[in-house]
Amino acid sequence: MPAKGNPKGRATSDAASSTGRPARSKRFSVAGRPLFTKDDDNATEMGDGHDDDWTQPKSLVKPDDQLQLTEAELKEEFTRILTANNPHAPQNIVRYNFKDCQFKQISSVDQLAIHFALDGNMIHKESDEARRQMARGAQADANEQASEKAEGEKPADEDGEKEGEKEADVPEDGGVTPAPGASAGGSDKKLTNQFNYSERASQTYNNPHRERGCATEPPPRATFAGSITQWEIYDAYQEDFEKQEKNKDKKVVAGRKDEESKRKKLTVVDNQSDDITRVATAAKIVERMVNQNTFEDVALDFKYYEDQSDEYRDQEGTLLPLWKFSHEKAKKLAVTSLCWSPKFMDFFVVGHGSYDFLKQNQGLIQFCSLKNPSYPEYIFQTDSGVMSLDFHAEQPYLVCVGFYDGSVGVFNVVENKTGPIFMSTAKTGKHTDPVWQVRWQKEDLDYNLNFYSVSTDGRVSSWTLIKNELHHYDVIRLQLDDVPAEGPDGTVIDTLGGGTAFDFHKEKDYLFLVGTEEGMIYVCSKAYSSTFLDKFAAHHMAVYRVAWNTFHPQIYMTCSADWTVKIWDRTNSKKEPVFTFDLNSAVGDVAWAPYSSTVFAAVTADGKCHVFDLNVNKYEPICDQLVTPKKKTKLTHIAFNPKYPVIVVGDDRGYVTSLKLSPNLRKMPKEKKGQEQMKPAEKEAQRREFEIAKMDKLLAMVRQQDKNQPT
Amino acid sequence: MTEETAEKKEAQETKRVVHTYPLIRHSDMAEEMRVEAMELCVTACEKFSSNNEVAAKMIKETMDKKFGASWHVVVGEGFGFEITHEVKNLLYMFFAGTMAICLWKCS
Repeated sequence: MPAKGNPKGRATSDAASSTGRPARSKRFSVAGRPLFTKDDDNATEMGDGHDDDWTQPKSLVKPDDQLQLTEAELKEEFTRILTANNPHAPQNIVRYNFKDCQFKQISSVDQLAIHFALDGNMIHKESDEARRQMARGAQADANEQASEKAEGEKPADEDGEKEGEKEADVPEDGGVTPAPGASAGGSDKKLTNQFNYSERASQTYNNPHRERGCATEPPPRATFAGSITQWEIYDAYQEDFEKQEKNKDKKVVAGRKDEESKRKKLTVVDNQSDDITRVATAAKIVERMVNQNTFEDVALDFKYYEDQSDEYRDQEGTLLPLWKFSHEKAKKLAVTSLCWSPKFMDFFVVGHGSYDFLKQNQGLIQFCSLKNPSYPEYIFQTDSGVMSLDFHAEQPYLVCVGFYDGSVGVFNVVENKTGPIFMSTAKTGKHTDPVWQVRWQKEDLDYNLNFYSVSTDGRVSSWTLIKNELHHYDVIRLQLDDVPAEGPDGTVIDTLGGGTAFDFHKEKDYLFLVGTEEGMIYVCSKAYSSTFLDKFAAHHMAVYRVAWNTFHPQIYMTCSADWTVKIWDRTNSKKEPVFTFDLNSAVGDVAWAPYSSTVFAAVTADGKCHVFDLNVNKYEPICDQLVTPKKKTKLTHIAFNPKYPVIVVGDDRGYVTSLKLSPNLRKMPKEKKGQEQMKPAEKEAQRREFEIAKMDKLLAMVRQQDKNQPT
Repeated sequence: MTEETAEKKEAQETKRVVHTYPLIRHSDMAEEMRVEAMELCVTACEKFSSNNEVAAKMIKETMDKKFGASWHVVVGEGFGFEITHEVKNLLYMFFAGTMAICLWKCS
């Protein structure tokens, strides 16, 4: 290895010089070349003195501190032996000897000292590897190699002078030259590992295989079963055959149009009636729309018209006729009862019958709505004349009805039945005389619906709806005298008063009044069936109506065929009416207004409607108006709408007229300050108090008058 | 009187009429498929009037070809059945007055 040889050689010379005289040997130990150059410089300086002398000056250069030695001293020989021992190596290394159990000097000391080391990447030119590389380089690009080689050799020639040094360099260059050639070839074409080389593109991961499954919905299936026998097949064929025959017949019938046209028309009519039931709701809506259009002005009057002339009339008011209700079947049947629905403010029921004993006919119940005055919502026809009816307060589809023949029944509006859902019979204790009034009661302890009825047979009965039957018991019998009458043959008969009207106290559940045909008023309690709380003669003729005041708990009113309306105070012990009004005709019905304690209305047989406000006028009605078109027509009944200022009156020709009360007839107390913020319930309570106070004030005034003018 | 008896006779005769036309008792197939299946049943039963088995086989194989696999056919004069079929793939018909064919698909 020639390249490595150089540094080693230097190292040895150093070692040699160091063993000798250190100072001098150091000077010389520096590589020879710099020394040469120095000599050259000196020579040129020296040569300057002798310009013409071109020859090389041969003068010795001596350092300043060179020892001046004599010839003998110079000739003296020194023998120096160079050894391979490292002078710096320690001579006295000891190490513990386990064998002798003491420290002992180590005999062999490492003499090697490495001053410089450089690993080369050269290979010997003659070696197999070098030859192989060269051969490959030549193959790869011979041209390039050739030119490079030529360049490489030229400088070698130029440096020919220093051959001694060059000789050492030549192998170095030769060793190196193939290397760049090989590297140049490598940059163009990459060397590949021949044993397990694989392309980069193929060095990707292979994803593991996975399984994914999904099931489609199975097609829908159904099961089918049957059994086949010969007779079944035969029957099936027979049926089909008959059907075919029929079809043939039909075709034939269709062919003979002229003959069958009449019959066909009939069937068509039948079909149409079926169609109408199918479009019943739609038809109803259309009917109402039509009515709304035709009676638009009336509807607007109902809602908005206020009689302006009331302001100038001081106290009196008027009644504005609105819709008139009539039905073909009710033409000759008197209106015997009227009742507004407690739930729907436009809905009321009318009972039709006859007050004439000789002309009894069938009865009719009409359910009318203000929204459709042309035709009733529901109609029930009855065998006997209807004399009385009442809406249930909580179940407003139930109506109890009293008939002229003494039976009572219950009708359900929503059930599609033509008849009653309950009906009393002779077996189940029906009355023997007409039932003049019926009234729903609170549910009993078992939550059964029940109602009371009064009849001229002298009984007040209670009827309870249990399952599909009516159970009855007599609440009271209206005995006329304390002593039963004695017949000529010694038979004893209780003389009973014929009850014609009753009314239940608004607050005291047990208390009720009964008016009779004889003009008596019985004050009764549900708790006692044999005695009365009170009994007195109120009228000279039959009492047609008894009514407790809407607000005041002690005031009630009666009307009678003796032309009078009387207002009574229950606390008055004298059994004298507080007010008596003579209306010059039999008073068919009276009703307290629902909005005031002092307002009531009465209808008379001369076709007039009278409205009183005791607070305004204690002697005269504030409205006295002829309602019926003909003078002969008798008004029979009246009912106040619970919400709107509207009354309905019925006459004996079967007409029902609705009337609007003018502002004077429905004077309400002015709202006090701070009342607006009150809750509705509080407001109501305050209003009640106010109404009662109003009545009390009136009563006090009347009593005062009585005292002043004792009769 | 004579007319009446004649009418009666006529009625009896009509009853005695042997019905040979196909009568579909129950089918939930589409119109097109039903007609085709019915015609196929008729031809098969007419062709193999003495061998129900072969007729059934013919119906089954033809239906399999035309409407996809797994048709089942029962041909006979008296049998009971309770089957599960794919919806819209059932035909239950009578033929020739005595024969009943039940054809359904279930794969």
